[in-house]
Amino acid sequence: MRIKNDRKTQLTNFLTYALVIVAFVILQYMSEGKMLTKSMQGYLIPICVYIVLAVSLNLVVGISGELSLGHAGFMGVGAFTGVIIAGIFRDTIDNEILRLALSMVCGGVLAGVAGFVVGIPVLRLRGDYLAIVTLAFGEILKNIFGNLYVGKDINGIQFAFSSEAIKLAEGGKMILKGPMGAAGIKKIATFPVAFVLILITLFVVLNLINSKEGRAIKAIRDNRIAAESVGINVTAFKLKAFVTSAFLAGMAGALFALNYSSVNASQFNFNTSINILVFVVLGGMGNILGSIISTTVLYLVPELLRELQDYRMIIYAIVLIVVMLVTWSPKVKQMIQVVQVRIKDLFKKKDKKGGSVNG
Amino acid sequence: MAEKYSREMVEVISKNLHRQQDLGKVPVLDVRNLGIDFGGLTAVDGFNMTIGPTEISGLIGPNGAGKTTIFNLLTSVYQPTRGSILVNGINTKGMTTAKVNRLGVARTFQNIRLFTDMTALENVKVGMHNSIKCGFISSLLRLPPYFKAEKEANKRAMELLDFMGLADVADTKAGSLPYGVQRRLEIVRALATNPSIILLDEPAAGMNPTETEELMHQIRRIRDTFQIAIFLIEHDMNLVMNVCEGIVVVNYGRIIAKGTPEQIKNDPAVIEAYLGKKEEE
Amino acid sequence: MSFLQYLINGISIGAVYAIIALGYTMVYGIAKMLNFAHGDVIMVGAYISFSATNYLGVPAVLSIFIAMAVCTILGIIIEGLAYKPLRGTSSLAVLITAIGVSYFLQNAAQLIWGATPKNFTSIVTSAPISLFGGQLTITGEVIITIVASAVIMLALHFFTTKTKIGKAMRAVSEDRDAAQLMGINVNRTISTTFAIGSALAAIAGVLLCSTVPTLQPTTGSMPGIRAFTAAVFGGIGSIPGAMLGGILLGVIETFSKAYLSSQFSDAIVFLVLIIVLLVKPAGLLGKQVQEKV
Repeated sequence: MRIKNDRKTQLTNFLTYALVIVAFVILQYMSEGKMLTKSMQGYLIPICVYIVLAVSLNLVVGISGELSLGHAGFMGVGAFTGVIIAGIFRDTIDNEILRLALSMVCGGVLAGVAGFVVGIPVLRLRGDYLAIVTLAFGEILKNIFGNLYVGKDINGIQFAFSSEAIKLAEGGKMILKGPMGAAGIKKIATFPVAFVLILITLFVVLNLINSKEGRAIKAIRDNRIAAESVGINVTAFKLKAFVTSAFLAGMAGALFALNYSSVNASQFNFNTSINILVFVVLGGMGNILGSIISTTVLYLVPELLRELQDYRMIIYAIVLIVVMLVTWSPKVKQMIQVVQVRIKDLFKKKDKKGGSVNG
Repeated sequence: MAEKYSREMVEVISKNLHRQQDLGKVPVLDVRNLGIDFGGLTAVDGFNMTIGPTEISGLIGPNGAGKTTIFNLLTSVYQPTRGSILVNGINTKGMTTAKVNRLGVARTFQNIRLFTDMTALENVKVGMHNSIKCGFISSLLRLPPYFKAEKEANKRAMELLDFMGLADVADTKAGSLPYGVQRRLEIVRALATNPSIILLDEPAAGMNPTETEELMHQIRRIRDTFQIAIFLIEHDMNLVMNVCEGIVVVNYGRIIAKGTPEQIKNDPAVIEAYLGKKEEE
Repeated sequence: MSFLQYLINGISIGAVYAIIALGYTMVYGIAKMLNFAHGDVIMVGAYISFSATNYLGVPAVLSIFIAMAVCTILGIIIEGLAYKPLRGTSSLAVLITAIGVSYFLQNAAQLIWGATPKNFTSIVTSAPISLFGGQLTITGEVIITIVASAVIMLALHFFTTKTKIGKAMRAVSEDRDAAQLMGINVNRTISTTFAIGSALAAIAGVLLCSTVPTLQPTTGSMPGIRAFTAAVFGGIGSIPGAMLGGILLGVIETFSKAYLSSQFSDAIVFLVLIIVLLVKPAGLLGKQVQEKV
């Protein structure tokens, strides 16, 4: 049996993978051949991180239909877990890729656990209330790891909420210093690993969307009451989407943190959550390929406008507003349609002159 | 836990039912003294009825009589203030709507509630959710069970769509289907959950006479093919009187009459509820 | 005695939150949108007042009125240019546009006034009142803030219940379509709401910066989020709810800083919010709306 719609999704999914792989191959080639500017080189990993964040947030906002304003919180959980794990095993695991992978997996798992704990109460609420509570949880998470102190010495690892509480033996090192965050991180993140993380994210998210779980999640978004009436456990499926999304955000967070020599809690605040949300909305709700493209473009716009210095963020803001108005306003849409019809008419007239029978 | 079937209940059913094959079987729906209050206002009270495993029953009454509220109680959208609901002998007290559906109660809605952004086929496959046997890991990693389950699901969903004459629109987005087709698609989606009873909330609303005529045949065909009970709310008296074997009439949240179409047609309380009191003559 | 001191300080900061929250709640109630740029209108109001007094030599009290006038116009312009074209479309689209407006205001302020913080001189000149032999000090700012918020609350209550346009606002918030059918000009009502909300934001900005004197382009964002939380806490859409939510939030914040942990005061405030919403999903004074099946 051939189902048209399935083929269409398969094609879109194929295109998504293809685009990511081709982009990686080209960029990796350019990067190895030193064809990229230093700043471009520096954007590669952060863009990958934000793509993963946007795609995973799209699972919650676009597919599950719940407005989450706390995605950066999960990213932060992953980031700090990653930094701690990488710090702990700095001397024991020599292979950097292995250490990075372990840090990312741990970051993902802990963020997933956080997502589960947050999700159980939060997903009972609806609409804007859910949004404000995810915002609140994001701030709580940020507040907690902004006050976390972790030290390591020959006797083991110490956790505390104040610097005095940690007494390190000689040769011991602080991994996390509360509001100061972590400094002296060894940069072990690499572009190929970031690329693999995007592939994993796509694999998980796209497979989830196009399965019975994904159908259930979309059904809840479209009509919760109808979904319940056909035997779908609403909370369980919302939670599945939420936890999966948090897990992926945690992995991305760990990768992000291990790409810099220092990180601190304020990087994972409300504004970061909002930025990721902007990527998702501009890329299109539930549109995974859209999220990838809009993240890349929107990340690069302010960076490329750097020459304009003070004006760059104001231009970014205006671009954002104008894009929203153009894509959503009914009046503007109507105008575009009118223009399209006129252009078509023009071509038709030309066709007639040329004696074409098409019409 | 199925409740023991008493002689007295058999009598009640045999009085109401007109199907020999249902006699002596546990009713699919057994509602006792059901009632609900909304902040001091009694919306439904003292609602009693049983429906046999293959019976087609109707629920009629003037607008605002509490018909949809009764459907919402039966599907646990609302929790009753009083009374009990037994589905295949199991009390649904405290259960969620989803759980009641898994017990065997499926429904359609008065104001159509399809998953508008999905195709007709996908809508049906969502209905089949609990019968698709494929674990989370299998679908995430695209293991062989996933492909097998999806293939079977597609086949079954197409069969169900075909049954209601909707095979042609399988790939169309539910939201862009004509009204009458949407109503029938909702019925297919409900059927997809393998129910033992389907509640239809005004299935003929917005349909033209030809469509209604077709619907009547389809309702009977659903019962005969799947051997399930059907309970419907409808304002189209022609449909109700022709299709239903038993009818319950409610007004102001209370039952005012019960019986066969013939009995209901001539019941003075029903005539009064619909036409008002006759003062002259 | 320190308890009383904390309580008064908490009410004072809460009163500022309450005034901001009123702006959020009115706009939400009527336009059904989360206006994330509201916090930044506060910042603009404070800068206007600052500029009027420092550069033009306008008396402090008069500068408040100038700030109110500028913010009112600003609010109407923002609504007309950015939000009105999107009315009736996805609420998420409006939310993102509001975020765009917020970025715009912050960066415009940075261009005009620079990124370095300005030292805001308090508009209150009266000396603090000392009670119980110096054990309890109440600053002029505290008194003015509390009085101002009480006056605003009463005025708004009177406005929405007694005046024609106020009644129209309530009607639009209850059922926009029905209100339109009754001949209410919905667009004008929404504009008026933005105007009032923005004027209140200007007052809040001046009061906020009189208490916490550093003024910079991001001054409005954190109090904005706090006030938004307060509005939800009290039941978004409800005017008394915003007032109650704001004051409670201020008191909880001050108390948790004083008695529990200054480190985790943010976490505590938000935790209380979450607990309240779990117990009362529509906030303290909000109406629970049941979905019709």
